[in-house]
Amino acid sequence: MLSPEAIANIDYELTKYPANQRQAAVMSALRIVQMERGWLSKESITEVAQYLGMPEIAAMEVATFYNMYDLHPVGQYKVTVCTNISCMLRGSDEIVNYLQSKLGVGFNEITPDGKFCLKEGECMGCCGGAPLMHVNNTEMHEFLTIEKVDAIIEGLK
Amino acid sequence: MAATKKSTMQKTVVKTDIAGQTLVTLRTLTEENPASLETYLKLGGYASLKRIVTEKVKATDIITEVKNSGLRGRGGAGFPTGLKWSFMPRYFDGTKYLVCNTDEGEPGTFKDRDIIRYNPHQLIEGMVIAAYTLGARVGYNYIHGEIWQDYEFFEGALQEARDAGYLGENLFGSNFSFDLYAVHGYGAYICGEETALIESIEGKKGQPRFKPPFPASYGVFGKPTNVNNTESYTSIPWIMQHGGKAFADLGVPNSGGTKIFAVSGHVEKPGNYEVKMGMPFRELLALTGGVWKGRQLKAVIPGGPSTAVVPAAAMMDVTMDYDGLSKARSSIGAGSMIVMDETTCMVKTLHRLSYFFYEESCGQCTPCREGTGWVYRVLDRIVNGQGKMEDLDLLTDISNNISGRTICALGEAAATPVLSFIKHFRPEFEYYIQHGKSMVDGK
Repeated sequence: MLSPEAIANIDYELTKYPANQRQAAVMSALRIVQMERGWLSKESITEVAQYLGMPEIAAMEVATFYNMYDLHPVGQYKVTVCTNISCMLRGSDEIVNYLQSKLGVGFNEITPDGKFCLKEGECMGCCGGAPLMHVNNTEMHEFLTIEKVDAIIEGLK
Repeated sequence: MAATKKSTMQKTVVKTDIAGQTLVTLRTLTEENPASLETYLKLGGYASLKRIVTEKVKATDIITEVKNSGLRGRGGAGFPTGLKWSFMPRYFDGTKYLVCNTDEGEPGTFKDRDIIRYNPHQLIEGMVIAAYTLGARVGYNYIHGEIWQDYEFFEGALQEARDAGYLGENLFGSNFSFDLYAVHGYGAYICGEETALIESIEGKKGQPRFKPPFPASYGVFGKPTNVNNTESYTSIPWIMQHGGKAFADLGVPNSGGTKIFAVSGHVEKPGNYEVKMGMPFRELLALTGGVWKGRQLKAVIPGGPSTAVVPAAAMMDVTMDYDGLSKARSSIGAGSMIVMDETTCMVKTLHRLSYFFYEESCGQCTPCREGTGWVYRVLDRIVNGQGKMEDLDLLTDISNNISGRTICALGEAAATPVLSFIKHFRPEFEYYIQHGKSMVDGK
């Protein structure tokens, strides 16, 4: 069951489109449910599809196409580090190595306490602030240094 | 249908060093609170819109002004904006749409982000003027999902504009109405392609459509749609305020106006630099503080990885405009300039880029879906010491067979770096294959 808050937020997104184009809100609706539940299970995707009156497979196509949707649990904090070339040129490898040893996990792994999941990201369009990382798809942290990474991770504990 | 959601975020910006820049689309950066409505109004914002709507300026006159400005699409293709606008059908029985492409996902591209977070109202005004001109009733600004905080901020700016009467029903007491909404992507480079973006707005996976029909006849929800880049729309209010000729005169022939260059990589001060078209590369590099750590320049990707890499020697004489970069056998692209110093391994850089295009291919066209993966696997074996000399011809061959055989431009975009890196830095690739390690860093 979608929560009343999720429904209110999806309804707000629906105001952006013609009444007969409810599917247009699926990108937001999946994002809203993911933010609330931490990740998107098949059941969650089905609920979104039903609410919008669209085929489940069409919602699944969207959820699997865009890489910020998480189809598996990602722990409490998903940390996504960009390793594309603008970040690579400014030392993203060092940030990745540091995070991997600090958290004790590789890419796509979750720490044993369920707190952190480390992901490798593609370009996030903020390359002037390289190297950078993203927490839970919402918070952008730029101009990373080892000290800054320490402070961010400590702040999340 | 009134959407209300106000961002509570306060946007403050450290005063940017604007010496040497010519600010048109980022002109609020001279002020303390660049993104606020008050700031924009103080700089003459929304005055052009009000004049156009209340004086009922003819759409054809606006299009003529935009044509005179020499403005060309700032998203990468460089198509003349005024000409694009003239393709929209004048009379259509139904809703026409206006779309803004703020979906930056090509490595090195981050200029439009600064427009939406530092000068959102100029973009909004530009879109409303475009909507008036083209008869669009509804507009969407599609913003990539990674910059979530900026997306929410822009939603707040939209609400400010609605509350102030610059968006909505019967603007300035006229019969012109226009609603504008922010919508978001969620991680797909391909949605920067205009028809993939339209599919995404409709709530589908972002696979490009075959063209024709072009969006001007079959766009959002199958209706006539005009799609422009953020920087293009944001140039419009300045053009209407100062005249098309004044804008054209800022630049050089065939490249009117200013351009934001998003500079990343090995420079002292990465960031956005809005300068007159035609600025010599040397001057632009100097604005960024030059190559970092006192090192030598090795190469520049001038417009994003879909544009050909240019070695330092050739780059030093280039002017930053459409023709200047064509002469260097590259392109201005979206102005996403990636600077590489002498310590950069071109093999490893291309290896990372090839993974990006493989990852981001939408999978619709076989040459791109299979070709990008093949290129990546070949480069991967080279960087792992398993390369063969004939791999270089193989990479060239695969890339040539992707180009021109796909629905959208991602195919060319993926092929261009491979072809240009190997062309200009072949000895580095040969060394890597022979020795199983990089000529540059020895690793």
